[in-house]
Amino acid sequence: MNRNKWVSLIVSLLLVFSLSFPAFAQLKGEIEIFSWWTAGGEAEGLQALFDIYTKKYPDVKVINATVAGGAGTNAKAVLKTRMLGGDPPDTFQVHAGKELTDTWVKTGFMEPLTDLFKSEGWLKVMPKGILDIVSYRGNYWSVPVNIHRANVLWYNKKVFKDNGLTPPKTFDEFFKVADALKAKGVIPFVLGTKDGWEAAHVFETILIAKLGAEGYKGLWTGKTKWSNPKVTEALEILKKLFTYINPDHSAATWDEAYQYIISGKGAMSIMGDWAAGYFFSKGYPDFGWAPVPETAGVFDALSDSFGLPKGCKNRDNVIAFLRVLGSKEGQEAFNIKKGSIPARTDINKNLFPEYQKSCMEDWMKDTIVPSVIHGAAAAEGWVTEFKDVISLFIARPDISTTQKALIQIANRAGVKQ
Amino acid sequence: MRLSKFFLYLVLIVFAIFYLLPIYVILTTSLKSFSEVSLRSMWKLPKSISLDSFIIAWKGNPSKGLKGLSQNFMNSIYLVIPATIISSFLGSMNGYVFAKWKFRYSDTLFSIIIFGMFIPYQSVLIPMVQVLQKLRLYGSIPGLVFVHCVYGIPIATLIFRNYYASIPTEILEAARIDGAGFLSIYNRMILPVSMPGFAVVMIWQFTSIWNDFLFGLIVAQKPSIQPITVALNNLAGSYFVEWNIQMAGALLTAIPPLIIYIFLGRYFMRGLLAGSLAGT
Amino acid sequence: MRKIKEERILSFLFIAPSIVLISVFVYGFIIWTGWISLTNWRDVFPDFSFVGLRNYIDLFQNLRFQIDFKNIMVFTVLFLLSSIFIGLLLAILLDRKIRYENIFRSIYLFPMAISFIVTGVVWRWLLNPGTEASGSLGINMLLEQIGLGFLKSKWYTDPSIGIKAVVIAAVWQMSGYVMAMYLAGIRSIPGELSEAAQVDGASIWQIYRYIILPLLRPVTLGAVIILTHISLKIFDLVVAMTGAGIGFSCDVPALFMYDTTFRGNFFAQGAAIATILLISIAIIIVPYLRYSLKSGG
Repeated sequence: MNRNKWVSLIVSLLLVFSLSFPAFAQLKGEIEIFSWWTAGGEAEGLQALFDIYTKKYPDVKVINATVAGGAGTNAKAVLKTRMLGGDPPDTFQVHAGKELTDTWVKTGFMEPLTDLFKSEGWLKVMPKGILDIVSYRGNYWSVPVNIHRANVLWYNKKVFKDNGLTPPKTFDEFFKVADALKAKGVIPFVLGTKDGWEAAHVFETILIAKLGAEGYKGLWTGKTKWSNPKVTEALEILKKLFTYINPDHSAATWDEAYQYIISGKGAMSIMGDWAAGYFFSKGYPDFGWAPVPETAGVFDALSDSFGLPKGCKNRDNVIAFLRVLGSKEGQEAFNIKKGSIPARTDINKNLFPEYQKSCMEDWMKDTIVPSVIHGAAAAEGWVTEFKDVISLFIARPDISTTQKALIQIANRAGVKQ
Repeated sequence: MRLSKFFLYLVLIVFAIFYLLPIYVILTTSLKSFSEVSLRSMWKLPKSISLDSFIIAWKGNPSKGLKGLSQNFMNSIYLVIPATIISSFLGSMNGYVFAKWKFRYSDTLFSIIIFGMFIPYQSVLIPMVQVLQKLRLYGSIPGLVFVHCVYGIPIATLIFRNYYASIPTEILEAARIDGAGFLSIYNRMILPVSMPGFAVVMIWQFTSIWNDFLFGLIVAQKPSIQPITVALNNLAGSYFVEWNIQMAGALLTAIPPLIIYIFLGRYFMRGLLAGSLAGT
Repeated sequence: MRKIKEERILSFLFIAPSIVLISVFVYGFIIWTGWISLTNWRDVFPDFSFVGLRNYIDLFQNLRFQIDFKNIMVFTVLFLLSSIFIGLLLAILLDRKIRYENIFRSIYLFPMAISFIVTGVVWRWLLNPGTEASGSLGINMLLEQIGLGFLKSKWYTDPSIGIKAVVIAAVWQMSGYVMAMYLAGIRSIPGELSEAAQVDGASIWQIYRYIILPLLRPVTLGAVIILTHISLKIFDLVVAMTGAGIGFSCDVPALFMYDTTFRGNFFAQGAAIATILLISIAIIIVPYLRYSLKSGG
């Protein structure tokens, strides 16, 4: 065999190899990515991911399929009709946890991603808490891109300082602070409830406050009964809370209402930490934060993730996208913009603003509980009804009827009371 | 008498203002330049006319991730034309039989078909998704065309039957005696005089298919095939989209049926009255 | 003889495609939906185990459905009364030999040509009360500017108004239709009738009260039926304008059906709502169809 023959043999072997690994091959065609990130930091974060992706795979056309409104509730309905109709998007945003497993994995709509998790080394760099909620029966089913904290009390630092107040640690303190603020003509509690889920979000954090991490988790598994007097207490707090709220709350979305905090007309609010991204985008970096009263040491978590639906048309493109999503580079670029913290723990913390740094520390040491209103703790049907019951409670705050309704929907969800 | 005439016109004008108010807001807002758009001045006339809002509503703004409506507008066109033509022809064929070739129980069969135009479509949605998937039509424009054809049959049949009923049967009888058959009567006598009927049905179908939201929402949600009403609702549901763009989008969605209304209003009105049955 | 038979067959072939499509896609689907409403399908994956009327019983105990039921009643009544009143008023006024009748008529009727989605998007802005931070918006701002600030309202964002604000948009869109129906009705009344009455010394008011209005009864019946069935299945307008609203103050059954089916995965419950909607519409439409086809055909 002469040298030329060796060369040609090696070249042809390389060719064969490169064909067998799609990652080496030049990807073509398109990829449709479905999400409800239409605005602000979220949309910018998504765009940052697209930028990385198109730099790597310039021949793939990215189709950004977003559905606006209602913290994803509109998008989820659209997604469902498409999945049922056998026309899945190539990949879609889904909350890790029950929303992923109960709605899509159990019912056989997804492909497992365990091999990808192994080959990309994600099992080593993502914490167990997050791996747990994307797994079902020994396989991993979606790639988590971020972690959000839901139980944060946001406040206007200046208003607090001017009035000599400190962020409340209990709800008793909270209402004392609220009274003091009210006396000064400041709106104590700010929220927009136009989209229907915001009050349920607040209520979820109050449930954690009153029942503790274990008690709260038990509500969704049946260990804690919904007839528990602590639930009654939580409803009472929510009812009282809404007597301190901005009067136009029903006309505003949460972010529209946050103008009050930025302008100093309002003082406090409870919201997930996407609020931090919002404050930054509005050029208001001087916001204050604390855990929701009585929830220090508990991290009410939710995670956005993307999976691979069976029968998607551009499988190789999706796998390449999921790789970007789980990569260090992708997670950093996305989360800085979005205001959340990465699911990976090996990222460069110094790239992130102060709030996110402190959030990362809490994430490592706090007790993690799954958020219900954001899809982690309970099946979608239950979440929808839970949201409805609390939304009704705001319009007609009748505690005993509401608690009965909460018991009823738990029963219907198959968690016997 | 003069005073009462004055009040009469006053009432008419006040109502005209009520009907035109939204159009005023759509037009003035969407014609303002971006620098002029502020919520405080929403009722003021634009100082200068600018088409910026339309350009963005049409083309989108990729840097902000905003998708324009141009593709959706074309989707609606591709969808509405075949659906209108097919359902009109089906309606014409049915109308011919139900008006001129009655058989036992044909009237009952006719009312069974007509009932289809009154049903709440919610009661067919779930099976529709399942069946369209089986037919491999789900999530495609042909699928949406198919659905609109099917649910357009009742109204098209109704209008054509009433229209053909006004053609004197004696003429057809005479033709039959001369040896003309079922098909040749339809081709040579009915179709040539059907133009006004087709005008009414096609205009009706065009408008209602263009304006449809529910079927588009259920059957065609992929961004590349969404009809314009679904895309507009999506655009307007997003709080970061400036409202002059929303108004420009609303106008773009309204333009095709409005053009038809302005130029072919007579036929549109007849379709409307046919839909109410009592007027026929 | 052979020819007649052949023609019979041809005529059946003409209507066969439509008959097949309608029987499958309307009646077949309705039956299928009715069956789903009796099953336990409450997940993305179908579960066809029979549960009888349980979904219906649950539904009538469901707070949201009770509110929807009340909402749709309020909506229907207000929408019907206002549309018929305005439609009749405009038709009578337009019939008074008005100059520019054509223009007025076209203005009153044009909203009918527009999609409910467009209407919803525009009226959402017009009736947006604004927040304290933004100040008054839309109609409220206009009212302020023309000195009628006391008429300001929180519109659909006020749970005690809710669906009633949607009525305004619906009336805006549909009252012209009623006007057109009445106008066609009035015009079809022979002129001699009112002329004769005029000769006998009847006032205009008497002519309308005793001659024209009674003759318009079939039109009113038609308008009531058509508006009621549109009102019962209203969906697009609510989706685009308000959504379910605070405490479901703007919610309607069709929206609940969409929500519970495609967001909550309660397919059986969604099918039950759809079936209830269908039955309530059939109750008013079927007798009307029989009456209308008998007298018209």
